[in-house]
Amino acid sequence: MSDLRELYQQVIFDHYKRPRNRHALDHPSHEAEGHNPLCGDNVKVYLRVEDGVIRDAGFEGGGCAIATASASLMTEMLKGKRVDEVAHLFEEFHDMVTGEKPAASAQLGKLEVLAGVREFPARVKCATLAWHTLKAALDPRPGRVSTE
Amino acid sequence: MPRPRHAAALSYDEDAGGAPQVVATGSGIVAERIIALAHARNVPVLVDGAQAVSHLPVDVAALDCDFYAFSGHKVFGPTGIGALYAKARHLEAMPPYQGGGDMIRTVTFGKTDFADVPARFEAGTPNIAGAIGLAAALDYVEGVGRSAIAAHERDLLEYATGRLAAIPGLRIYGTAREKAAILSFTLEGMHPHDVGTILDAAGIAIRAGHHCAMPLMQRYGIPGTARASFALYNTRDEVDALAAGIEEAVRLFA
Repeated sequence: MSDLRELYQQVIFDHYKRPRNRHALDHPSHEAEGHNPLCGDNVKVYLRVEDGVIRDAGFEGGGCAIATASASLMTEMLKGKRVDEVAHLFEEFHDMVTGEKPAASAQLGKLEVLAGVREFPARVKCATLAWHTLKAALDPRPGRVSTE
Repeated sequence: MPRPRHAAALSYDEDAGGAPQVVATGSGIVAERIIALAHARNVPVLVDGAQAVSHLPVDVAALDCDFYAFSGHKVFGPTGIGALYAKARHLEAMPPYQGGGDMIRTVTFGKTDFADVPARFEAGTPNIAGAIGLAAALDYVEGVGRSAIAAHERDLLEYATGRLAAIPGLRIYGTAREKAAILSFTLEGMHPHDVGTILDAAGIAIRAGHHCAMPLMQRYGIPGTARASFALYNTRDEVDALAAGIEEAVRLFA
């Protein structure tokens, strides 16, 4: 049960029940749609990038508590970040939720509440869907991203 | 036999969420009715019995189906093996789909005579261990008795339906009178995958998601359901544990 409490922390419930930035942007400079065929979850990520800095971020869709909270927390932390920082953040986040590196080594601030996902391999893709979609939004090649 | 232009495929499909639709009701009566309708139009019928053989009495002659298929692992047998029944006239009309040992009678430079059915379709070294395992599984199910299994599952389904329906915010999908012993449900404000993870942590294995029936989920306007399936080895105590686990999940998300 302790792993479960570690997974479903209050911050996650908070972002699941009251997601931040859950809206499309009026004039996004970047956007992409992500899909997890195993659970049928869809998420759209919107960004407004100016001078290499993410000025605004939003998302639509989501799914379970983990997927929705992850997208909400991600968009919150992206604002003000430079685009060239994203690849590193993606790696940090990915390593944290897959357990590639000790959770303590992650420099992700509030997003560290998602570290509990590492004990639930079936839920890793819920946590990473928004991040894969973010990566696709910043990728110049068009197309839809899938966790599979 | 002329090649049929259409073939009807029937599925006793717990993967369709047990909803009150033809393929998901799981009733042999329904299958018989559809087979009769198809036969009236000369359409052969294949029944996918993968979900039925471990739960209900099956009589292919009484069904009068043309084909009946099932897989080993859903009847407590090994993976990678199953069985296909077909009426002899269909098998005899079909050419072999694969060459190999034991599927020929004689071969000369001029001509190949194939073995009789079913050997004609069983080229090469078969999955011997799998076949022995499947036979043992079927003997086991026969020993318990499919009618006894069906009665036991019926009891569990009724008991579980009563227990779960009493949980506030829980909605059951699939309420046909003739249905398989499965309970598809959603909990208000919770995604089925969260329900699945929480129950799993309590030692209760359910399936969560769209159950390979995305159009049905779309029709209901839900991302998926959580689904408990009952088999001959389940007990009322386990139903109580399921209900307690769901109540715990509701508390966690409150």
